[in-house]
Amino acid sequence: MAKAYTPGLKVTARTTYRVRRLLPVSGDVRVKVGDGVSAETVVAETFLEGDVFPIKVAGMLSVNPSELMPLMLKRAGDTVQVGDALARSKGIFGMMKTEAKSTAAGTLESISESTGMVIIRGAKTPVQVRAYVAGKIIEVIANEGVVVETDALFVQGIFGVGGETWGTLMVAGKSHTEDLLEEHIDASMKGAIVVGGARMTAGGIRRAREVGVAALICGGIDDADLRDVLGYDLGVAVTGSEKIGITLLVTEGFGDIAMAKRTFQLLLAHVGKMASVNGATQIRAGVMRPEIAVPLGEASSGEIFTGGATAGILDIGTPVRIIRDPHFGLLGSVSALPEQPAVLGSGSKARVLEVALESGQRVIVPRANVELVGD
Amino acid sequence: MRIVATDCGSTTTKAILIEEKDGVFRQTFRGEAPTTVEEPFADVTLGVANSVTELQELSGYRLIADDGTIIRRKSAADADGCDLYISTSSAGGGLQMMVAGVVREMTAESAKRAALGAGAIVMDTIASNDRRKPHEQIQRIRELRPDMVLVSGGTDGGDTKKVIEIAELIAPARPRPRFGGEYKLPLIFAGNKEARQTIERVFSGEGFALSVVDNLRPTLERENLGPARERIHDVFLEHVMAHAPGYDKLMTWANAPIMPTPGAVGDILQTIAKGRGINVVGVDIGGATTDMFSVFGGVFNRTVSANLGMSYSISNVCAEAGMDSVLRWVHLDMDERELRNRVKNKMIRPTTIPQTLEALVFEQAVSREALRLAYIQHKSFATTLKGVQQQRTVGDAFSQKEAGGSLVDNMALDLMVASGGVLSHAPRMEQTALMMIDAFEPEGFTEIAKDSIFMMPHLGVLASVNPRAAMEVFEKDCLVVLGWCIAPRGEVRAGRPAFDFTLRRTNEVVAQGQLIGGEMRLVRFGHGEVGMLEVRPERGLDMGAGPGKPVTREVRGGAVGIVLDARGRPLKLPTSAVERRACVEKWLKALEVYE
Repeated sequence: MAKAYTPGLKVTARTTYRVRRLLPVSGDVRVKVGDGVSAETVVAETFLEGDVFPIKVAGMLSVNPSELMPLMLKRAGDTVQVGDALARSKGIFGMMKTEAKSTAAGTLESISESTGMVIIRGAKTPVQVRAYVAGKIIEVIANEGVVVETDALFVQGIFGVGGETWGTLMVAGKSHTEDLLEEHIDASMKGAIVVGGARMTAGGIRRAREVGVAALICGGIDDADLRDVLGYDLGVAVTGSEKIGITLLVTEGFGDIAMAKRTFQLLLAHVGKMASVNGATQIRAGVMRPEIAVPLGEASSGEIFTGGATAGILDIGTPVRIIRDPHFGLLGSVSALPEQPAVLGSGSKARVLEVALESGQRVIVPRANVELVGD
Repeated sequence: MRIVATDCGSTTTKAILIEEKDGVFRQTFRGEAPTTVEEPFADVTLGVANSVTELQELSGYRLIADDGTIIRRKSAADADGCDLYISTSSAGGGLQMMVAGVVREMTAESAKRAALGAGAIVMDTIASNDRRKPHEQIQRIRELRPDMVLVSGGTDGGDTKKVIEIAELIAPARPRPRFGGEYKLPLIFAGNKEARQTIERVFSGEGFALSVVDNLRPTLERENLGPARERIHDVFLEHVMAHAPGYDKLMTWANAPIMPTPGAVGDILQTIAKGRGINVVGVDIGGATTDMFSVFGGVFNRTVSANLGMSYSISNVCAEAGMDSVLRWVHLDMDERELRNRVKNKMIRPTTIPQTLEALVFEQAVSREALRLAYIQHKSFATTLKGVQQQRTVGDAFSQKEAGGSLVDNMALDLMVASGGVLSHAPRMEQTALMMIDAFEPEGFTEIAKDSIFMMPHLGVLASVNPRAAMEVFEKDCLVVLGWCIAPRGEVRAGRPAFDFTLRRTNEVVAQGQLIGGEMRLVRFGHGEVGMLEVRPERGLDMGAGPGKPVTREVRGGAVGIVLDARGRPLKLPTSAVERRACVEKWLKALEVYE
């Protein structure tokens, strides 16, 4: 037995899904333990400190910073508007006085006698955190947020762009091997979470954005199409904050690749239900994968999932997906686990395993190039 | 004497055992285990204990006690345990800093040098003239979540206003530290000493843990990075490490302060450069970043190219260099659309390895571009001090270099050290050698070596407690000498002679011949062999003694041998795709790279 090098992605028909919904800074929690919430319910809110605007007032009046204080018309703590006079020079014999006017609105925070700089703090920005997924509040973290729990169908994708969204689950196309084309999208899909089959094509993505689809979920995407959607070539897989009007999520990878049949069938079985999707992906220490949760609203399954990748054990019969060329995307099960390292076609020596593919063919691949499939 | 050393990386904790046998220190065993900083373990010492357990199993010594701690020997007669335990760490993203100074090219750059030299990743550099408006600077400071901040600015006794202005931007921005809400953000002030009192007042509010050290640029002509670097190390241990899971325990285990991994690598390279009196360039190419180190004329520099790496950042390398630049190193047919998708698939599944030769060739082509870009960044940063007034005489008019010129001189470079997965784990040493030569374009005589099992971090810390042990292990076990690259500076003419060479071992001629412009040749010269190599360049080509002048130098053999490179410098590949591919194929064949 050996530990899998690459963790598998979670794809499960039913799990108790828990999600922490936290404010960026402390604030007020608006719900209590036991409350039922929908994805849109505001569970916590606060105000973020306003932006800071420095104004070089001494420079504007042509005086030394040490001479500024008596010339100030506003004091620390005063509210100021754009155009308000902050300070006024003495002028010459009381004439030709110069005023330093505020270029920002907010509260005067400080006046520096060393540099003659005045700091204006802008108005606070309200921040609301929503439940994201329909369920029940099981924990309140004082001043920070809550934990929402629900029984859900849960699917982790491999990569996504765009942030959190939710809507009714719909399916475009007939099978997991069919590419998502322009003609698969229609106006009825506005605000929906749309599941396609294999690759989401440029036409399909364009039409989905036009219609106002909330999220597209497919097996693959072409790098060139992703670049067109984003407007730049993505260098590092840290995503989630893109403002592209849609969340895109792929379950398998880049290129022509079909969605795993089981994933497609699980999603298909819940068409019409509300689903929550987050495209945020972060592939560094503390891996974050994109996800789809479809609350089932029934009794607990007993198993609890709180996010993150899952590491598993490789053994004979374990279902795996090959995640690197020359067999990229193929599914099968482990048929042999040789102890000794083998020489690969590249000339490198690595520990390998044998995979019996669904076609019946057996191939040798490095252990690092497979991931676990299944619950 | 028995020494256990670990390096806690982001994904793997690597342990080595060093033993003194017959009066000589040698590295004897190595073990590794996954790093356990992240949930569900959240205790770095578990990974350390697991990696040392592997050492225990391989060596037969009992090194781990039942309670999971490292066993210490009371005397040399004890069979179990070790005498010394040391460690480095880059887990959890390493040390992340924000630095600030007044003038971008002067105090801000010195501050950046101090932070990088201490082993930090510099998230951003704020300066009065960084072309951002003050509110944009403040916004940026608020977005960053550094482990600590280093503020410099002004020379001692000079103007204080500008540096206080910078402090007054940082203080209200209230940057939040990466770890924990209760944690005060460490801020080191290393600027004009006249401004200290005001700086203390500006940062007196909640949220900052201020410490003040000597100015890192006391005069324009002098940098004094030592006190700031030492304080960064102290703060790293006191604040950052103390908040990382399990490090409080690890610190009590270790006999020397835990160092950031790149800081330790820098220390060992400086020790080597000083000990041998040579100029060195070292590179560590990882999945996310590429670290470059150089010591020229005794001056140490380090840069981190944050998004040039072979897995997490591979897509960024292709985007920055351009796919055409990557593919110019490839001699096989490849479909660009498929390659682009493969690059993205590697980015999202970073732990996969090339299975086919084609995949390996492509990854090694990407690595050349990552190394080349990282070296360009390094050269532009490793400069003489900018802003220094120079006195010129008429005689200097044609020779004097500008202030701020790069210290990196490929002709003066004596040794290149390669480390990091794609270089260390290349199936053939010839591949490592050629990747280094193509990316760095060494000139004249340059020795090439690789770090056998990425042992430099361990030896960097060891050098602080037992320099002899560190040097002996470095020379005998850490460095694998690949050989030498012999290449003239200047433009060669295709098909015309570039240089003649004669390699002698005592009085016997081992090899001799002539290189034609655009040609590469490999002379096998094995490990332990020593010879004298004479090269006679054609007019206009320089081997180190001036254009057309012959040079004779001692060369040591290595796993690859002597690479004679008559492609000219700067290296130019043919513009026609067909010609270029034929050239690359010819070079790969000459050096037996993929055979």
